[in-house]
This record gives sequence, C-alpha cells and structure tokens, in this order.
Amino acid sequence: MHTNKLSRAARIEQNWGWFMVAPTIIGLLVLNVWPFIQTIYASFCEHLGFGHYKFIGLGNYINMFQNAEFWKATGNTLLFCVLTVPVGIFLSLLVAVMLNAKVKFKGGFRTIFFLPMVCAPAAVTMVWRWIFNADYGVLNQIFGTHVKWITDPNVALISCAIVAIWSSIGYDAVLLLSGLQNISKSYYEAASIDGASKITQFFKITLPMVSPTLFVTMIMRLMASIKVYDLIYMMVEETNPALTNVQSLIYLFYRESFVAGSRGSGSAIAVWTVLIIGIATLFQFWGQKKWVNYEI
Amino acid sequence: MNTKSLERSQKTGKIVTYAALVIGSIIMVFPFMWMILTSSKTVSESMQVPPTIFPNTIMLDNFFEAVKSLPFVSMYANTILMIVFRVVFAVLFSSMAGYAFAKLHFKGKNLLFGIVLMQMMLPSQIFIIPQYQMVAKLGIANSIAALVFPGLVSAFGTFFLRQAYLGIPNEVAEAAFLDGCNQWQTFTKVMFPLTSSSVAALTVFTAVFAYSDLMWPLVVNSDLKMMTLSSGLATLRGQFSTNFPVLMAGSLLAMLPMVILYLFFQKQFIEGIAMTGGK
Repeated sequence: MHTNKLSRAARIEQNWGWFMVAPTIIGLLVLNVWPFIQTIYASFCEHLGFGHYKFIGLGNYINMFQNAEFWKATGNTLLFCVLTVPVGIFLSLLVAVMLNAKVKFKGGFRTIFFLPMVCAPAAVTMVWRWIFNADYGVLNQIFGTHVKWITDPNVALISCAIVAIWSSIGYDAVLLLSGLQNISKSYYEAASIDGASKITQFFKITLPMVSPTLFVTMIMRLMASIKVYDLIYMMVEETNPALTNVQSLIYLFYRESFVAGSRGSGSAIAVWTVLIIGIATLFQFWGQKKWVNYEI
Repeated sequence: MNTKSLERSQKTGKIVTYAALVIGSIIMVFPFMWMILTSSKTVSESMQVPPTIFPNTIMLDNFFEAVKSLPFVSMYANTILMIVFRVVFAVLFSSMAGYAFAKLHFKGKNLLFGIVLMQMMLPSQIFIIPQYQMVAKLGIANSIAALVFPGLVSAFGTFFLRQAYLGIPNEVAEAAFLDGCNQWQTFTKVMFPLTSSSVAALTVFTAVFAYSDLMWPLVVNSDLKMMTLSSGLATLRGQFSTNFPVLMAGSLLAMLPMVILYLFFQKQFIEGIAMTGGK
C-alpha cells in the first residue's frame, strides 16, 4: 500500500518532469537537432534551388579542399585567433588586476571598459571604419601616415583584430575580475611579510590562483574568434579588394550560402568550422593540464 | 628595503596604475566621442585636413538624413519586439526545463539534457540554413515571428537556470509540498521567485545577444521595413559609403537606447553578463 502510494507520487513527478521539459526539448529537436542533421546531409548534396537537394557524395568537400579562397579563409580565421586571443587576454588580465587593486572610481572604469559589450557590433564597426579611413580618418591624421587600414590586403585583418580586442577587453576583464576577487587577501599579506615583490606575487599567487577562470575566458574567446563574422562583415564589404585576405570561414559560409545560394557547399564550410572548433577545444583541454591549477 | 623606499615604490605603482587606467579609458571612449562629434559635422567639414575636433555648428541634419533613408521607427519597433519575445520565451521555457532538470526525477532525463548540452557546444551557423528554409516554408519571412524563430527555446538558458535551481536546497520544495502545493505551484509560487537574480541575468544576456545579432536578421528579413537596428545599419553602410556624418548619426541612433539602459542599470548589465559568462 505504502510503496504503491510512493510510486504514484513518483509517476506524477515524472509526468510533470516530461511536461516541463517538453517545450524546450521539442523546440531543440525542431530548431537544432534536425537542422544539424540536415546541414550534415546537405554538405553531401548539391542545392538545386528552393530547398531541393541532390546527393552528390563528397563533391562539395573535394571542391572545397581544392579551392584557394577556402584555404585562405581558414588561414584568415586562424590568424585572427592568433592576433586576438593572446593580446586580448593579456590586456584583459592587466585591466582586471588593476581594477582589483585599491583604486578609486573602480565602478566608473569598469563601466567604461565594458561599454562596447552593449553596443551592436554593426554600430561600433561603423565608427572604426571612419577612424581607419585612409584619406580622412583620424588615425592617419594623428600619425601623419597614409596606411590603407581597411583596403590594404596585408593590413585589413590586423585592423579587424584591433577592433575585436577593443570590443572584448571589458567583458573578459569582468570575468577575470570575478576570479581575482575570489583569491584570499591573506596570501598577499603573507607574501608581503616575506618580502616578495608585487611582480613575484603576481606570478606566484595571482596567476596560478586565477588560472581556472583564465582558462574558461580563453576558451570562450577562442570560440568567439573562430566564429567571427559580424565585425569583419561590417568592416570589409564584398567589393573591398582586401576581402579574400580578411574573410573568415563564417563570412565565406554566409556568402556561399546566402549570397551565391550554394547551400550545399555552404553546409560543407559550416561542418568544417565545427570540426575546427572541436579540435581547438580538445587541444585546449589537453593543454590545460600543463598550466591550469585546480589544487587550491 | 626600508619603509620609506617601500612607500615610494607603492606610490609610483599607484600612479602607474591610474595612468594606465586613464589611458585605457580614453582609448575605450574615444570612438564613441568621435562618433558623436562627427555626427554633427557637414560632409566637407568631416573631410577637412587637419580635422576639426569640435564641429563648427551643432546640426541635426545628419540625423534627419539617416531617419529619412532608413525606417528607424520600424527598426526600433522590430528590435524591441524581437527582444521582448525572445526574452519571454527564453525565461518561461528555460525556467520550466531548468527546474525539471534540476529537481524532478523522470525517465530519459540524462539523454534529454544531453540534447541541451549538444546545442550549446555547436555554433549557431550550423543550424542557420535549415532554420531559414523552415521560415521560408512556413511563409513567415519578413516578419517579427521570423526574427524570434531561432530564439523560441534557449539551451543556454536551460543550462543556466538549471544551475540556479541546483543551488536551492531540496528542503525548500519539500516544505512547499507539505504545505499542500502541487508540483506546478511549488515551481511557480516558491521556486521560480527564488531565481530572480539568475532570471535577470538571463534577460540581460538574451536582450544584448538578440540586439547584436546580425546574420539571422540579414538572412530572414530582407524587407527594409522589417529589419532590426543591426541589419538596418548594414544597409545604411552601402547607401552612404562615404558620407560618414550620416553613418555616424545612424549608428548613434541605433546604439543610444541600449547605452542609456546600460548607464541606468550598469550593475545588472555587468553582473548579469558576467554571471552568464562562459557562453
């Protein structure tokens, strides 16, 4: 009798569980799981128009791997990560450490550094285009140079990286700051008594203690950099001579799928990007053993 | 080291810190200032060499020009509606699912939660072509519904609110049971209110993310009247490729509402986005 009653309660609980996850699960199945399968399938197909596909095997991948523009886009994406992640994380950590010290107007500084986060990349990039403008841009005027920041194929990706770093410093610094605030002050007091300099303290206490947060922030920044699109799209329009030297994988994906309408090869690029993200994640998790400290 | 030199080195350290923070802040703020200053210049003044810092006259013509070339009123309305619907759906469905995943026992729970995790790990672009085809098939392209579509459910929100519910002791729900609440009442009257700070964080995150999103609005709503602020700006870029004062005015108009909200609710914005960090 007793167990019967319990199992009835358990059954009711189970029904409620199913009922409450149903909207999310059905939504995810329709909006994500099925599209994921479709994209993988489409990457082996030719798009005939109006959502009709014909299976062609590995054709898209073979074309893709023989396409110089595709390899260039892969290279651009990786170079963009190399340009943005280390410098961006270093500067963010610097800002976070400074904001963690006893400074006045801490809140004010934090608000200022965080500001780009609430501005749409589309709007922010517009002003950077103006600042970088070769003829009338304020940057060239200040330095008396005539660098074609946005249209020179050798420079444009660096310009994009500068904007990306500028946009993300505040966000990453806030994440790192929350990690720094968890470090007990007593470590620093003990180190000071022992005569350790601030720099020694940073490398012996701060860095190891903040390394788990640093790791999460880095992974996140790396993922975002591999998926970069909006910033480069706004910065470098399709008629820009630097396009092929700047275009990221997702930008190429967008042009292929929605401008050229070749959704089959577009899907292949998307699958390739997912593979790169997967490899990058594995690599980071493998590398973290060497420097991330979970002991304390 | 004697105390005097120690004091002195601390003092220099402080000065260096402030100097670095002030220089950093100037670099952060400068683009915004330059945007505001340029938006008030004429085209010829904007191209002067050397440039003028302050505009010769304060003029609003550029703003009128921007509003004339782009339907800003509809763009504001579209953006706001997209944000409101996405936030409501994300909070409602994610709260329900988050609660169930954290507190209820049911068959298939781990498998179903695996679907949530899978969605979080994949970049949204992998879903976008089929999602677009669904929108086209449903005949809802160029509508608010199309803008909201991929945000009907939120895997990240589910994951995030599940964490919040895991942080609430089981005794709370048990006490509600003993008081005669059923599952639904326990959830709505007792548990949901306890997650208010996480719900606020998810709201901020969802709103900022939707507002910044560019590819989806560009793909589904090509009609100028149905564009969001972000995708509208992308169009403006093509129209006025060299008229930077108008571009600055347009960008300023697109940014202003979110920036004002941010300045009023700094704490909620920063903590909200920091809390959701990891996505």
